[in-house]
Amino acid sequence: MRTIHSPLLRQHLAALRLLLVLTVLTGIAYPLAVTGIAETVFPHRANGSPLPAHGTPVASRLIGQSFNLPKQHPADPHEALRPDPRWFQPRPSAADAGKGAGPYDPTASHASNLGPNDAGLTRTVRARRLAVAAFDHVPPASVPVDAVTASGSGLDPDISPAYAYEQAGRVAGARGLAPAAVRGLVAGHVQGRFLGFLGQERVNVVELNHALARRP
Amino acid sequence: MNDTLAGWLQILLLVLALALTFRPLGDHIARVLTGTRHTKTERLVYRAAGVHGDIDQTWPVYLRGVLAFSLVSTLFLYGFLRVQNLLPLSLGRGAVTPDLSFNTAASFVTNTNWQSYAGESTMGHLVQMAGLAVQNFVSAAVGISVLAALLRGFTRQSTGRVGNFWVDLTRIVVRLLLPLSFVFAIVLVASGVIQNFHGFHDVTTLAGGHQSIPGGPVASQEAIKELGTNGGGFYNANSAHPFENPTALTNLIEIYLLLVIAVCLPRTFGVLVGDRRQGYAVIAVMALLWAASVALVTANELHSVSSTAGHAAGGMAEGKEQRFGIWSSALFAVSTTLTSCGAVNSAHDSYTPGGGGMTIFNMMLGEIAPGGTGSGLYGILILAVVAVFVAGLMVGRTPEYLGKKLRGREMKFASLYLLTTPLTVLVGAGLTMAFPGPRAAMLNTGPHGFSEVLYAFASAANNNGSAFAGLSADTVWYNTALGLVMLIGRFLPMVFVLALAGSLAGQQPVPVTAGTLPTHRPQFVGLLTGVILIVVGLTYFPALALGPLAEGLH
Repeated sequence: MRTIHSPLLRQHLAALRLLLVLTVLTGIAYPLAVTGIAETVFPHRANGSPLPAHGTPVASRLIGQSFNLPKQHPADPHEALRPDPRWFQPRPSAADAGKGAGPYDPTASHASNLGPNDAGLTRTVRARRLAVAAFDHVPPASVPVDAVTASGSGLDPDISPAYAYEQAGRVAGARGLAPAAVRGLVAGHVQGRFLGFLGQERVNVVELNHALARRP
Repeated sequence: MNDTLAGWLQILLLVLALALTFRPLGDHIARVLTGTRHTKTERLVYRAAGVHGDIDQTWPVYLRGVLAFSLVSTLFLYGFLRVQNLLPLSLGRGAVTPDLSFNTAASFVTNTNWQSYAGESTMGHLVQMAGLAVQNFVSAAVGISVLAALLRGFTRQSTGRVGNFWVDLTRIVVRLLLPLSFVFAIVLVASGVIQNFHGFHDVTTLAGGHQSIPGGPVASQEAIKELGTNGGGFYNANSAHPFENPTALTNLIEIYLLLVIAVCLPRTFGVLVGDRRQGYAVIAVMALLWAASVALVTANELHSVSSTAGHAAGGMAEGKEQRFGIWSSALFAVSTTLTSCGAVNSAHDSYTPGGGGMTIFNMMLGEIAPGGTGSGLYGILILAVVAVFVAGLMVGRTPEYLGKKLRGREMKFASLYLLTTPLTVLVGAGLTMAFPGPRAAMLNTGPHGFSEVLYAFASAANNNGSAFAGLSADTVWYNTALGLVMLIGRFLPMVFVLALAGSLAGQQPVPVTAGTLPTHRPQFVGLLTGVILIVVGLTYFPALALGPLAEGLH
């Protein structure tokens, strides 16, 4: 091999060769090894915790969904989406690519990013409070905070237990079920804090609605 | 259990985990940086790269290695992004535009991981894992390498040699970052983070709609994203995304990972300079600043201070995930802005003026409490040099730190280091506000809009990478300006650190006398904290007054 005399060039060639070696090591071998172990030991979780675990998935347990009534004009991207009273409703979401698919679009995870004193956000929050109160037949003051605020990802699958219990009566009425039975279903889906002190109590709306749909 | 008790227990568990790691990991890194033997893997790497592992380099040679490696990395990543459409596993994504490719390449090579793009709609799997994630490893290793050279400056005497860059880089990847990432990637998958090579998977939802659920090798990237204080999310929502951070446990693990190396490096420092108390003094300053910041941000968020939207909603839940809540979000926000990580598990843009302003202030401190991997410790050591100098002026003697004299030459390098970042932040943000086009990219109006721009430049210059994400930064102006700011904010300070390292290594140590300022006592901890707050406060106060302070007092 011809010797390279310019030290500057030699140094850059060494840098390039080292980068390529490290790319093979950390960019190819490492993710492949992790994937191999993940797919062998935790296949369910490595593939997005599908629900149901066996059969045709209708959701990921980790990714929230919209529960709206079918649109009257499916082609119209501007038609307002109306929540379906038969389902527990998730939090508001800013993950909307604006293509008419509506919020909870995992191809467009997003927060609203509106500031703490944004006049539009303050108006939106007040409007949401009135809308949720009317929808769930409760006084506006009792609507919990997660019902009127959009999450950081726009894909939050969880709501607070307070918001879930608030919706139980409306869901029971719309489905013709006994309110106590629906409240019991909610109670079975309340997840405590991790280890008793990490994070917040929550109810996974996707799992709750999935259980609701499977009721006879 | 009530929120407050749970919140405190969470912080306690985090601190306990870090404290237990402090000695073993700090000692391990010290061994990695001083060991004389090369492992078989490392010898293979050196042979493949054609470098010699046994040559001790002078600081200019070491610096040229750093710059050559970073230049080659930038060009390689730029090219990779430009031809993404031709590569396998691209999921049909097109080539990335020239300005966005430049911005992204600069961003990942400088350990900033500012993202003007949304991962799920721009990047294919191959670019993510073999382009972006590789830089997550090596840019972190470059930071620790430069730190290693500075530490050798303090420990060596009468030599111009500060180590071998290729050896430092390789060892840090092979002996530190890779094994830890591997273990934690598996832990993350076990907790629900995905790891596969699928594209989008269409499902018919429970309510009869359609949803495309993404795939990707996320866990392997997530582990090094936090460990290397990189912070570039696989998805747009970063660590707020349920596939990147599915539970409150993964959330705490991610906070631990993004802090752990920077927190343990002061131990390495203490071991290498032969006086562990010096390391304890440094970690004490870091811990003080971190604890104060956690308290301030959490209190602001809990009480919705100065937020009309927060009062209307009954709490600061906008932009925060239900599974985390305020305590777990604030802890993440503080830790990610005080390290140069920049991953986010909530939308900082929607924090209270006090909480969001604090995240900007955290970055302005210069990423030193505990800071980025390597860069955090060399940043705070520069400030320690300044603190010793200030104390020396007070009593009228030539200041010494760790047995090395701080003369005009050393102080020039330290001062230049401290001037670089504020200059780039303030000039960048000032120029941006002068043009109507870049101004229009702000989502919010008034002081909060200015905060978005100030946040962007503070984040880029300090190589943090998080954002007040309302700013529409994927424009030619922001991509170019922020790309340049990231490069200047990363490499110019490194030049000064290495020059200082060379200058210190060439000195004979001075014996400790009764007149030497002790730098391991609480008195010095107080002095250093004071110097940090005064330097940063005076530099940035006018800019902060126009943004978060104006909004909070409104």
